[in-house]
Amino acid sequence: MQPFEAVVAEHGPMVMRVCRALLGPVEADDAWSETFLSALRAYPDLRPRSNVAGWLATIAHHKAIDQLRARARRPEPAADLGDQRPGATPGPEPADTELHGALGQLPDKARLAVVYRYLADLSYADVGALLECSEAAARRNAADGIARLRRSYQEDRS
Amino acid sequence: MNVPTDRQIIDDLTFDADELTDFAALQARLVRSADAEDLLDVAYRTMDSPAGRLLLAATPAGLVRVAFELENHDTVLEELAGAISPRILRSPRAVDDVARQLDEYFAGQRRVFELPVDLQLAKGFRRAVLEHLRDIPYGATESYTVVATAAGNPRAVRAAGSACATNPVPLVVPCHRVVRRDGTYGQYRGGPAVKHALLTMESAA
Repeated sequence: MQPFEAVVAEHGPMVMRVCRALLGPVEADDAWSETFLSALRAYPDLRPRSNVAGWLATIAHHKAIDQLRARARRPEPAADLGDQRPGATPGPEPADTELHGALGQLPDKARLAVVYRYLADLSYADVGALLECSEAAARRNAADGIARLRRSYQEDRS
Repeated sequence: MNVPTDRQIIDDLTFDADELTDFAALQARLVRSADAEDLLDVAYRTMDSPAGRLLLAATPAGLVRVAFELENHDTVLEELAGAISPRILRSPRAVDDVARQLDEYFAGQRRVFELPVDLQLAKGFRRAVLEHLRDIPYGATESYTVVATAAGNPRAVRAAGSACATNPVPLVVPCHRVVRRDGTYGQYRGGPAVKHALLTMESAA
């Protein structure tokens, strides 16, 4: 079994991409730390030859969702109310780039499919398992997400 | 304008997370949290020394492994993961005191190590040998026969030799002070040249 330090070194950047894409840069640090602390706790029981990247992405997914729920329960400071988009699903905010902003505007399934397939580099089968949909649906969602991002990209530059 | 490829979009999304994150700070925070929750089973750091780059690893009970460069530190860490626990993180603070005492030793300013040692990697007779080695004073040497006798089995000279050769905490547990009766050095985890240099340094002091 690899020493946990090697797991952090190998997969730390991937988990950070997931956390930043789901939460934005500020809360991502907390989610990253929570993810690896949980993983460290469970690591000795991880079965040999497990898909470590998929396992970590699943933990990060749950930690990010926990944080999004906690954020939803927190009263927002009054000064920020003007910035709220009514009805928007909680996405990464504040976004660190316009592209991340665009990512936050995608429908949930498309956003998560893009994050897990392209930023976490998981297989479509793993993405499907995380999103509780078929492999084919995961593939469609990721393609849809990228297509939408391409459009917003072109709007940015035009 | 050019239509961006999928790869460009993905690279742009990836870039910020990879470039703007202070992974060293996050790793340090992970070590602190792990330590606070008793999840740091093995902490380690490396240090440069006249005997080459050393790996120092400790459990909460004490220094558990000193490895020379010859041994390949990655391999040693994997062995520790199997033998003790895979909950292993780089954490200089836990072994900084060991590094300081080793620096003093190599500078000729320290003759005795004052630090907790965890001998869990050595069992039975091998462990008895290591316990005895800690009593061989700086600058002195003993033969493998004398060591075998002191560890409780005068006939186990060969086993005493392999206990020294597999000492998990060389330098601090001074297996380099055990030599063959014919005056040759015998094997050493750090290589014969290092053993020779240590004995020369100690006898000159």
